[in-house]
Formats: sequence, C-alpha cells, structure tokens
Amino acid sequence: MISPGETLRLAGRALRRNKLRSFLTTLGIIIGVGAVIFIQSIGEGAKSRVRAQIESAGTNIVMLFSGASQGPGGRGGAGSQPTITWEDLRAIQTELPSVAAVAPQINSSQPVISETNTWNTQITGTTPDYFVIRNWPVANGSLFTASDQASAAKTAVIGQTAAENLFGPGVDPLGQIVRIRDAPFTIVGVLERKGQNAMGVDQDDGLFIPLSTFQTRMQRGLGKFVPGRISISAVSPEAIPRVRQEVQQLLRERHRLGPDEEDDFSTSSMAEMTSMLTSTQDTMTLLLSAIALVSLVVGGIGVMNIMLVSVTERTREIGIRMAVGAQPGDIMMQFLVEALVLSAVGGALGVIFGVGLGQVIAPKFGWTMETKTQIVFISLAVSAGVGIIFGLYPARKASRLDPIDALRYE
Amino acid sequence: MSALIQLRDLAKVYQSGDGEFAALHDVNLGIERGEFVAITGSSGSGKSTLMNLLGCLDSPTRGSYLLADRDVAQLSRIELAKVRNEFIGFVFQNFNLLSRTTAAENVELPLIYARVPPAERHRRAREALERVGLAHRAGHTPSQLSGGQQQRVAIARALVTQPPLILADEPTGNLDSATSVEIMKLLTQLQSQGMTIVFVTHEPDIAAYAARKLLLKDGAIISDLRQQPALEKAS
Repeated sequence: MISPGETLRLAGRALRRNKLRSFLTTLGIIIGVGAVIFIQSIGEGAKSRVRAQIESAGTNIVMLFSGASQGPGGRGGAGSQPTITWEDLRAIQTELPSVAAVAPQINSSQPVISETNTWNTQITGTTPDYFVIRNWPVANGSLFTASDQASAAKTAVIGQTAAENLFGPGVDPLGQIVRIRDAPFTIVGVLERKGQNAMGVDQDDGLFIPLSTFQTRMQRGLGKFVPGRISISAVSPEAIPRVRQEVQQLLRERHRLGPDEEDDFSTSSMAEMTSMLTSTQDTMTLLLSAIALVSLVVGGIGVMNIMLVSVTERTREIGIRMAVGAQPGDIMMQFLVEALVLSAVGGALGVIFGVGLGQVIAPKFGWTMETKTQIVFISLAVSAGVGIIFGLYPARKASRLDPIDALRYE
Repeated sequence: MSALIQLRDLAKVYQSGDGEFAALHDVNLGIERGEFVAITGSSGSGKSTLMNLLGCLDSPTRGSYLLADRDVAQLSRIELAKVRNEFIGFVFQNFNLLSRTTAAENVELPLIYARVPPAERHRRAREALERVGLAHRAGHTPSQLSGGQQQRVAIARALVTQPPLILADEPTGNLDSATSVEIMKLLTQLQSQGMTIVFVTHEPDIAAYAARKLLLKDGAIISDLRQQPALEKAS
C-alpha cells in the first residue's frame, strides 16, 4: 500500500476539489462535536460552581437538626420538634475531640428599616463562632462579641447586599441604626462578599444578630431547647464522618435512647450535599451529551452518504487508478482517509465551535464554562471513529469495483 | 530470450442466461519484445476481451498467459495490479486522464502506485512528457489541452514506468485524421526505440502502421500477417 502521507495528500486534494460539499458534510460533525463540547463545558462549569459555592459555605461543616428527619408518616421534618438542649450543645463543644466549633442559628425573614429605606431580609440569630465555621470574616468593623451575646445587645453585622439596599451604594453602614420590630440595632460590622450559595440564594442579603438578642426580641424568652439549625465544624474535612459518629453517640446517650429507638435528631454534611448536587448535574450532562452524540452519529451518516456519492461519481477515476496499478487496498485507503479527514477536521472545527459558542452564550446567562482537555480528546477520537466506521462501507465498495467496468463507466 | 507474451489455448467464457458464450477461444499467440502489433476485427470479434486479458484487467477462463515468463493467468487482484503497474502501460480511446489534474500529475500517477518518492516522480514525469513533446504543457489540465495533446499525455503516462509493453485500445478513435497520424508516428517512434506496442483498431489505415496485423473473428484469431509498416513504406 502507498504511504500514509501520500494517501493523506490525495484525500486533501479530493476534498478541496469540492469545497462546499466537503464543508456541508463536515457541518454535521461540527454541530455534533460542538454540541457535545458545549454541553460538557457548561455542565462541568455548573458543577464546579456548585462545588465552589458549597465549599464557600465551609468544607468541614456538619449540620445538626433537632427532631426526626426520617420515619413513618405523620412526623414533622427535621427541626420541627426541638430536641437538642443548650446542655447538649455545650457537651458537643467541650466533650468531642473532633469538633472545632459549634454555632446554632435561627433564621427569620423580617422587614428592616433604615433612615432611608425598608428592606425585607433574612435575620439570623447566631454566635460569633458561626463566622469562624463559615470562614466568613468582616470586611469592615467587627463581629458582635461574646459579651454582646451574654447581654443580648442590639448589635448587628450586615451582608453587603442588604447594606446596599438599606443605605444605598457608597454609604458606609458602620454605626448606622436600623430598626427591626421597633428595636434599634447598631451596625458594628460589614461582612465580606460571599455570593450565592448552592441553592442560588444571595448569602450577602442578610443581617446577623446575637442569638440571645434574637431569642428575646423575635421569639420572646429563652427556652430549654436550641432552636433552628446548628452548624458544627470539624477539625478537618477528613474528620467529618468521625464528628457525625461522635455527635450521634453523644446525643443518643444524653437523650437516653434505647437500642430500638430512632435518633431524635439528624446530621448532614456538606460533602453529602456536594455529591448529591453534582450527581444531579452529572445526570443532566450525561443525558444532554447522549442527545448530542446522536447528532454526531447523524453527522456520520452524512459522511457516509457523501462518500457513497463520491465513489459513484469517481468510478472512472477509480478505474484509471486501478489500470495504472493501484491495488484494492490503495483505493480503499484513499476513500477511508477521505472520510477520516472529513470527520476529523469536522471534529477539530466542532471543538472550536463548541468552545466559541460557550464563550458567547455562557456570559449572557451567567453560566460558567469549563472545557476539560479529556472531553476535547474524547470528542476528537469519537469523530475520527465515526469517520472510519461510516467511511468503511463506501471505501470497500470502491476497492471492489471491477477495473474494466469502472473504466467504461460514463 | 523468450517471447514477451505467450498465450496458449486462451479462452474467456461468459455465463449468459441459459448457456455459455465464448468471447474468446483457442487463442495461441506469441509476441516478441520490440514488436509493433495491430489487433483488428469487427465489433464483437473479441478484440476488446483480448485486450483486457493482455492488460491483466481480467483473468481468462482457461488457458495460460505468460507475460515476461511469468504466468499471470490466475493471479489475485492485488498481484494483477502489481503486474499492470510494472509491466504494462495503457493508452485508451478516450484518453482517461484525471480531470482537474495537471498533465505532469497525470503522468506521475503510475509512479505513485510504484511507490516512487516524489522528487524522482517529478523528474521521470518531466522526462516522459519531453519524450512525447509536451514538456511545455506540464502544468496544464486536460481541459486546457487538445485531443491530440491529451492522448500524448496518456502515452507519457503509459511509458513513465518504462514497462516492457504498451497496450493501446483504439488510440486514435477519438481523434481527427491529422492528429491520428501524429499519434501513430509517436507510437512508431517509441517502438523504434525498443518498446513493444500492441494496439487495437478497426481502421485499416491505422492498422497499416503496425508491422504485424492480427485479425479476429468470433473470438478467434483467423489471420496473423507480417507487413511493411506504413511509415517505412513512405520513407
């Protein structure tokens, strides 16, 4: 058989001879590969954004909820029935070696009134530890302190979105007074910008006050039980399973639960949420990629169609080549390489098209693009494979022509 | 040295519907190196079939065919392709050049399949074009050349591999009489340089250029005459 370089040169010439036709044939592959690349990149981008958002909440966090989260119908959801006491909380903090910090949090959406505006925002009652667990420092001013906590002081730390909406852009919120349910609160700190969380909620749209203040002002009176959710940070991300186990053991002991009784609390980790959310993403991406792959196969059928036309059209050329000494294998390679070049070039252009499409579209919808090299190589390999598979039949057909018939073909 | 072509009891039989049809039968023929042979006969006499067999484009049903002492009667398609490339140069009635391909590249075509490297290919193609007097037209495509020039490119393609045998199938069939004379002169000149040329024609004045004339009828050779070639007579 003649050299690969020679075959490639022949194929290139034949394809250039019918530029428009070659391009239109390639278009099927371009669109198929482009779609795969685009979908994969958007999917990958969304996944890493979800991951980043979850990680921005703190990687080594375990959430603890009162009440039952699972069991026969009729029971409330997690936290619906308070079961964790302040004593439990203290025990978790002091007795468990894997626990770094513990912070309860209660949320309530309330109108907040500044001198100029009223803004409905999320009020969170918590302790200073919360900001340590969430890895969320102040940009300006300071956090409320343990003594604010002890005295139920009317101090507040504000998120940047809430601050802009209450005071207008460019106004320093520090020292400003806001009213929540008629009580005046002094802004002592502005938090750093955190962005959206995994659920798409703007975390910067919020106001944080001491838990004790929240309980006296919003809930009237301190109870025996810890309201709301409790964030627990592990000493390291690796310690998360250990924290969950230790918390479970400790609370079962403290709540005197028998071996047959279910937990009256539940825990979940961010890692769980991450894998849950990213696996949803993966499923979506896989599904869409499968559809895109179908279009790649359709593109392959286009290649086969045009190669069959080409073989028929060039029957006499095949006859001439055979007469001067081309072996069946030479003819077969010539047409196979043509199909391969068509689809490989289509694949390469498709990668460019897919990435380009992403660059244009993604910003408009606020999506992130993340093109993995792996996907690029897989797409190129698949499109080349499509070329070979769909080029094989036409190439075989060409190589099996009878030279006498082929020379006589009009 | 033995004959270049040695046919013994050669037959080509086609199956047609209810019976057999012998396009060629009991053909015994020897052609020496350097001969100039015309194959004549009316249409349907079997001359095309004989040409295809001589050109290794087809295999005989029976009999043997020794080409340069090698039995080529029952070779595989791959082997036949190699034999065509190495031993035979074809000239066709309708030229059979690749369109939109320059004269030089057309001439190079057999060398590609002979695995000759590009530089040598270009050189030999240029030489072949010089031999047919078309070196100045090397960059032209067939559509830019006259019929006579196209046939000369085809002859250059046939001789570029320096095969022992050139087979021409009605080489002047598509040409006017003045151009036909030109082409026959060229073939005569190549033969005088030592090439073996076998051509098919149904025109007596074209057959007159050969030194030997075979007449086919109903699939058999009915006469085999030596004659004085037309150009020798004229001189």
